[in-house]
Amino acid sequence: MKLERIIHSLDAVVITKFMSDGDEIEWACATDLMSEVLYYSKDSSVLITGLTKQQAIRTADIADIRVVVFTRGKEPDTPTIELANEKRITLLITPYSMFTACGRLYEAGLRCCPE
Amino acid sequence: MHIKDTIEGSFHIVGGDFSRAGEASTEIKSILQSLGFNKEIVRRAAIATFEAEMNIIIYTTAGILRYEITPERIKIIAQDMGPGIEDIELAMQEGYSTAPDWVREMGWGSGMGLPNMKKNSDEFRIDSVVGEGTTVEMVIYLDNTKD
Ligand SMILES: Nc1ncnc2c1ncn2[C@@H]1O[C@H](COP(=O)(O)OP(=O)(O)O)[C@@H](O)[C@H]1O
Ligand SMILES: [Mg+2]
Repeated sequence: MKLERIIHSLDAVVITKFMSDGDEIEWACATDLMSEVLYYSKDSSVLITGLTKQQAIRTADIADIRVVVFTRGKEPDTPTIELANEKRITLLITPYSMFTACGRLYEAGLRCCPE
Repeated sequence: MHIKDTIEGSFHIVGGDFSRAGEASTEIKSILQSLGFNKEIVRRAAIATFEAEMNIIIYTTAGILRYEITPERIKIIAQDMGPGIEDIELAMQEGYSTAPDWVREMGWGSGMGLPNMKKNSDEFRIDSVVGEGTTVEMVIYLDNTKD
């Protein structure tokens, strides 16, 4: 799914952006548990999480995930945004809950990382 | 893969310091990338290293994260001066965790760290003495034919 479509489906605010609208995201990984991201995710995924902390950015970067979405409109603190800039991670904020955000992306055709 | 000799280095990890958590693993990942290793190998090594670094930060007062790269393999050694692990077999089980609540609030403590280190390594060893510390050694082969 194109980044543009993800942003649009989630009514997301773009905090940092290091990809173009047409870049493809293949899978989604939704969790607040960082070890789950490291265990189950694939590269070229989007991470949807309520953990709006530096740890989420760090984990995404280690796992080659280039797009992170924070749910429920939670504003990240400055160190988190700085780390996203440093690691060139595209960071979005959606007003929706985890459940609704996932539902919207699923409806738009995005699927969970295969195991 | 154009390395002839051994490339090695180490990082001191301070327990409890979440603000810098993951920096050492990120550095090691950059080194592996700069050596031109294949993406999947770098990803596996980075993930295993990161989980090992997090365990030092979460469960111990201090430790060392070492890397040793030869033309054949990447070796990561995580050695700490922590409390040690009483029952390694139990600790290795998926979902087993003694992480306190404040660690869970930071997104850690789902009991998948050690299993994931093993999953991403071609060789995995863990040694622990209660009251002395724990050493985790992970090897990832650079030559995929050596399964
Ligand atoms: N370096 C260590 N020193 C002491 N105990 C450890 C260490 N690493 C792991 N453990 C123990 O093993 C358990 C399982 O570790 P792990 O699989 O990484 O999951 P998690 O860190 O999410 O609990 C931990 O909860 C802890 O009790
Ligand atoms: Mg762990």
